[in-house]
Amino acid sequence: MPQSDASQPLLRARGVRKIFPGTIALDGVDFSLQAGEVHALLGENGAGKSTLIKCLTGAYRRDDGDILLEGASIDPKGTLDAQAYGIGTVYQEVNLLPNLSVAENLSLGHQPTRFGMISGRRMNADAREVLAQYGLDIDVTRNLDSYSVAVQQVIAIARAVTLSGKVLILDEPTASLDSHEVKMLFDVVRSLKQRGLGIVFISHFLDQIFEISDRLTVLRNGQLVGTEVTAEIDRVKLINMMLGRELEQEVRSHGKHHAAAGEPRLSFTGFGRKGSIEPFDLSIHAGEVVGVAGLLGSGRTETAEVLFGVAQHDSGEARQDGTVLSLTNSRQAISAGFGFCPEDRKTDGVIADLTVRENIALALQAGIGWMRRIPDREQKAMANDYIRKLDIRTPDAEKPVGLLSGGNQQKVMLARWLVTNPSFLILDEPTRGIDVGAHAEIIRLIEELCAQGMSLLVISSELDELVAYSHRVIVVRDRQHVAELAGYEITTDNMVRAIAAPEREAVH
Amino acid sequence: MNARLLPLLATLVIFLVAYAICYAQYPAMLSTRVIGNLLTDNAFLGIVAVGMTFVIISGGIDLSVGSVIAFSGVFIAVMLRDTGLHPVVVFALLLTLTTLFGAAMGGVIHFLEMPPFIVTLAGMFLARGMAYVLSIDSVPITHEFYEVLQRSYWLMPGKGRLTLIGGMMLIVFIAGIMLAHRTRFGTNVYAVGGGVQTARLMGVPVGRTTVGIYALSGFLAGLAGIVFSIYTSAGYSLATVGVELDAIAAVVIGGTLLTGGSGFVAGTLIGVLIMGLIQTYIIFDGTLSSWWTKILIGMLLFAFIVLQKGLVWTTGKRRMAGG
Repeated sequence: MPQSDASQPLLRARGVRKIFPGTIALDGVDFSLQAGEVHALLGENGAGKSTLIKCLTGAYRRDDGDILLEGASIDPKGTLDAQAYGIGTVYQEVNLLPNLSVAENLSLGHQPTRFGMISGRRMNADAREVLAQYGLDIDVTRNLDSYSVAVQQVIAIARAVTLSGKVLILDEPTASLDSHEVKMLFDVVRSLKQRGLGIVFISHFLDQIFEISDRLTVLRNGQLVGTEVTAEIDRVKLINMMLGRELEQEVRSHGKHHAAAGEPRLSFTGFGRKGSIEPFDLSIHAGEVVGVAGLLGSGRTETAEVLFGVAQHDSGEARQDGTVLSLTNSRQAISAGFGFCPEDRKTDGVIADLTVRENIALALQAGIGWMRRIPDREQKAMANDYIRKLDIRTPDAEKPVGLLSGGNQQKVMLARWLVTNPSFLILDEPTRGIDVGAHAEIIRLIEELCAQGMSLLVISSELDELVAYSHRVIVVRDRQHVAELAGYEITTDNMVRAIAAPEREAVH
Repeated sequence: MNARLLPLLATLVIFLVAYAICYAQYPAMLSTRVIGNLLTDNAFLGIVAVGMTFVIISGGIDLSVGSVIAFSGVFIAVMLRDTGLHPVVVFALLLTLTTLFGAAMGGVIHFLEMPPFIVTLAGMFLARGMAYVLSIDSVPITHEFYEVLQRSYWLMPGKGRLTLIGGMMLIVFIAGIMLAHRTRFGTNVYAVGGGVQTARLMGVPVGRTTVGIYALSGFLAGLAGIVFSIYTSAGYSLATVGVELDAIAAVVIGGTLLTGGSGFVAGTLIGVLIMGLIQTYIIFDGTLSSWWTKILIGMLLFAFIVLQKGLVWTTGKRRMAGG
């Protein structure tokens, strides 16, 4: 990176480290931002993007490393403090107050006053003037929530720039915008770049990254993978950086050539849901592991949710052993023998305040109804059984799950579904955010379950992991199932190509 | 048009329609005499409802105000009976006391992160108990200054009297409107009601604002206590039971969302007047039981809650369609 040495970076992080119980969220990450630059920050969920941002803005206390602004070491104590240093942040969910007017949102805490009274006229005039710089001509006296998310986003940017004015961090600002709105937002970003601000841009839409950013930095599992000039990198290389492993290494370690013989246990035809996943066909045999590969936001989690009935499908039908299955909600899915470990175990999965025993018994109890309570003794036996089988590291079954490490929480989640003895288990990112040892155990467990005849659908962004245990892999892109790989076709190389296609494949 | 103005407009329309109905039956109701009485009779409720409006806009609730009014009356009566202090000095003492009481509740709510419902419920029992400690019996107030206060009024055209306490309520409302819409404190109150976390991220001093809100409510409850003592010429520890609920009803009927973040002090004035109007109508009618006031207010309140729910629902749906 010759250019980063040419002039002093505006903002620089050196060896930033952040440790959470059980995981290292950031492991000595370097990052530098020039004035007048849009610097994209990429990585899958849990890669450490938001942890890095939170360390930069003082929302988290870093455990090690330096943060330098214009060459001087800073130590922001919180987002307000960071703002005073000149670092402003705009989040995906607009952090403004919907019940205040646009002008009040822009000026909150800094309203122009005369004799102690707010001068409404001046406040509104100032707001109009500020927003005019962003090409917005709107009624600033109306409540913020009477405008679209895109307009709110621009207002949030305007507030951040007005109050800080050196560094602007945009954390997935485009996630809920349509293409026209994204264009409007990008015009704003370009004009701020002209004004010499340094902009950190986080997004998982690769097209947007290529369109707007000058340089990009990729993180994976809390570590810096690399910083590149956007114009000098192609899609395949970028995806490889994000998902890991180099192209050449792939020959499948063991030929899992599961003969798809006989009738499939489950078959879904034309299954889909408008706006979240295009209709797809999928069949799964007993004892088969089907992997799902794709980037964040590609529709991989949506696939799982539609299958499990969390989000109701609006087309297609499901058949189990040849008979039609009704799957309009997750209760029906559970009674059909489905299980689902969702991606974000903190919000959708384990209940942190309940004990290990209670968490494990939850799905089984829900299945047989609340009227017939599973006796304590039985619950305890069950919990101890799975604590031993899955090697859950807990002093005893009565410890609140929230106190366990990530990998052990994940195992508790798995145990919850295993006690219901499902015939079809969906795992969404089962190895996210857990340490290497637990990682290997979960993979071993997946192979065991499949050997016992269970059918599994495993979503993962760790491609070599998918290679290790999948009989077939489905590749998801832009909310469509775009490819299906089986047997010897399953290599990370093939998966990356399928994910990257079609735009920049020609580069190779 | 801003959807949040809708509850306020609905209140205004209801008030005008109700007044028109009353006028059609009893033309005498549209006289400055009736209006003057309406203001005088509801002065203490109106003043305490202004404080309640701020509390509810911030997303909280203050159940202590009824007891604080009763305590104030007893405090004033006992002080005037047992000490030689001039009423103005007693008023100053009382207002300091109730303001600090409110501030203390705000402090507990903010710093101990306790729900306002529980904290002010405790405050309610505490203030009522303090009133009992001072005196169990009704204590009459016989000070010549009180007679001056009671006799001062402005004769409106049509021989209606705008009494001192009625005028005081109007002044409090005007001050409340200015405070809500023309000061940083007012904007901060709306900000806290819109979302504590976001408000904090945007730099609103949440702690100072919360303490200020409950201190304001305590101050206005003390002021309402003074007004009530002028109105009744006595202090009685069993007085104004449930007035906090009347105040909450007036605020909600006035178009303030119980969920916080949205509402108008001016709406609360109309809410108080609607409740007073129902009472006046029943007095004019003469055959209806006074319980009809409660029944009608209950029905109105219910209608408003449904209206608010509908508004929240439709704006929520619109936002989802937009996003």
